[in-house]
Amino acid sequence: MSGRVLVGVKRVIDYAVKIRVKPDKSGVVTDGVKHSMNPFCEIAVEEAVKLKEKKLIKEVVAVSCGPQQAQETIRTALAMGADRGIHVEVSGKDYDNLGPLHVSKIMAALAKKEEAQLVILGKQAIDDDCNQTGQMTAALLDWPQGTFASEVTLEGGKVKVVREIDGGLETVKINMPAVVTADLRLNTPRYATLPNIMKAKKKKIANVKPSELGVDLTSRLEVLRVDEPPQRQAGIKVETVDDLVGKLRETGSI
Amino acid sequence: ALSTFRSICGEDGVSLATAVREQHGKDESVHRCRPPDVVVFPRCVEEVSALAKVCHDNRLPMIPFGTGTGLEGGVGAVKGGVCFSLRKMNQILDFHQEDFDVTVEPGVTRKALNAYLRDTGLWFPVDPGADASLCGMAASSASGTNAVRYGTMRENVINLEVVLADGTIIHTAGKGRRPRKTSAGYNLTNLFVGSEGTLGIITKATLRLYGIPEATVSAVCSFPSVQAAVNSTVQILQAGVAIARIEFLDDVMINACNMFSSLSYPVTPTLFLEFHGSEQSLAEQVNTTEEITQANGGSDFQWARDAETRKRLWKARHDAWYAAQALRPGCKAYSTDVCVPISQLPQIIVETKTDLIENKLTGPIAGHVGDGNFHCLMVVDPNDPEELRRVHLFSERLARRALAMNGTCTGEHGVGLGKRALLYEEMGSMTMQVMQGIKDTLDPNNLMNPGKVLLPREPQSEK
Repeated sequence: MSGRVLVGVKRVIDYAVKIRVKPDKSGVVTDGVKHSMNPFCEIAVEEAVKLKEKKLIKEVVAVSCGPQQAQETIRTALAMGADRGIHVEVSGKDYDNLGPLHVSKIMAALAKKEEAQLVILGKQAIDDDCNQTGQMTAALLDWPQGTFASEVTLEGGKVKVVREIDGGLETVKINMPAVVTADLRLNTPRYATLPNIMKAKKKKIANVKPSELGVDLTSRLEVLRVDEPPQRQAGIKVETVDDLVGKLRETGSI
Repeated sequence: ALSTFRSICGEDGVSLATAVREQHGKDESVHRCRPPDVVVFPRCVEEVSALAKVCHDNRLPMIPFGTGTGLEGGVGAVKGGVCFSLRKMNQILDFHQEDFDVTVEPGVTRKALNAYLRDTGLWFPVDPGADASLCGMAASSASGTNAVRYGTMRENVINLEVVLADGTIIHTAGKGRRPRKTSAGYNLTNLFVGSEGTLGIITKATLRLYGIPEATVSAVCSFPSVQAAVNSTVQILQAGVAIARIEFLDDVMINACNMFSSLSYPVTPTLFLEFHGSEQSLAEQVNTTEEITQANGGSDFQWARDAETRKRLWKARHDAWYAAQALRPGCKAYSTDVCVPISQLPQIIVETKTDLIENKLTGPIAGHVGDGNFHCLMVVDPNDPEELRRVHLFSERLARRALAMNGTCTGEHGVGLGKRALLYEEMGSMTMQVMQGIKDTLDPNNLMNPGKVLLPREPQSEK
């Protein structure tokens, strides 16, 4: 096996930011808003770096699709311990329309090109909550998948994945090469320290265009409108139990 | 005045609701709630200034409010008035990675700032425990477990934007300035740090940041006596070990923690230690420290490198507040806060423990021994006035013990409501007169958080 792990990292609006919808309802405000690496992608990078530290794999390659700023996200992955990066350049309208199907086609193409043994992705991004890229990537590659991973172990050429599912925990053993998606409890990502940030500046980031990978970015989806959730209305205080019952009947609740 | 307030900060920026006023009239101390007459929620410094002008013209007391996590009753509106809740001003401004500084508004808490900084390699290390407003921490000159290595707020505030009692806006080090050091003019920045809202409202703080440690190691060690634990502390510091945290828990505290967290530490004075640094420097620091603790009769030296085990090791210390309260369910906890020169620590702790036992008081001890600062977590039945009185007298005796040893009655919590008389004893009348003079200059009408820090003025005849 090549010993190479591909990790996808997405640049999203920081989880602590209060999201505002643009006045024209075409999307959310992103200008001047703090962005950072998707939290589940951080967990994916951490898992890959841990595997390398245990000497179970040899190289961690961080991949991000997006405009120039996506390189900052790759640099963070490099500061966490990834060895090199690949920046797939997507900008403007193409970037606005970029979705899981495009990204999975890109990841699949790169996984083949880099002869990756494992592709580790976050289970979902916190901006679109799609939870599709990992699964679609595996399907396009015809590779097995271990999604919602809370524990990953490499044993004798296979991957044992403990998955978080509705009923509890499910353990699967899949052949490599495989796709794994990281869930919240898989690990606690490390902080990028200053010395590592300095070292990361020297690591290489290659630039690739989607067309070079044979990926077509036309979108089959069109976003019609983005709305804020309805504002919470003030409650009504009532004096007696009869009033309460009356009001509940009025609103059709009983 | 109310309609003017509304025109300044909007209809939803003014509240007369009882629940809201009560929320803004108390903090985490045992001092009872003193609600203000109205709470305003300004959104920017211009609104704070405009509101202050109105309050000034109408002689209304003003009480700044950050997160309400103080421990000395600093936000109680003892004379009513207007509470300025600053939580809507929550922007992190002007972060400079290469210069290691950042400017924050009062609504930004320390955990929020560190979350923002997490991928920059920098952090703000002052950690008082609570997730407090950073400007509030500046106002109370907060400290924490990390002070032995990174200092307190006094060392880490570079500049402040302050709104004075009459609405004037000043920048204590000049607008936008953030040199790492300066000798320009009077040190106004540190005048306002620790002023507890009595000299002005802090609306921006420029803070000093540090590199996130490359690696962290935590350790625990048990000692046969308080003296042994403190001697180790002094020697570790003298050996030049740049220790990050050095926390002392006495036997009563350890026992409480064992019961609360189902641990099994030996019930004896214990030190919790934390080291920050590169892999190589950590090995050296831990080695030197272990030698010292062994030489002082320390045993059961356990240390851990990975986050999970470190968390487990430190769990006892983190849960101390709750473990203390769990000793007597239904009771409240009050923390004393004296700080003495380190060499005096063994004596004061031993004398304090004797006092606790003689007076049948529950007071497990936890302390930042690296700074000579320790807290007795007094667990008291709030419905027993006799016990409350005994706790109050005990705290006064403790404070006076500390003062007699050239220490202070408050190492990190501030003076607030309860320690004004002790402050007077600590400083002496001449120094207090200077403090009063500064207060009179900046706030002649005593509108800024009245009733805190300074005692009420004595009648003229008693100069």
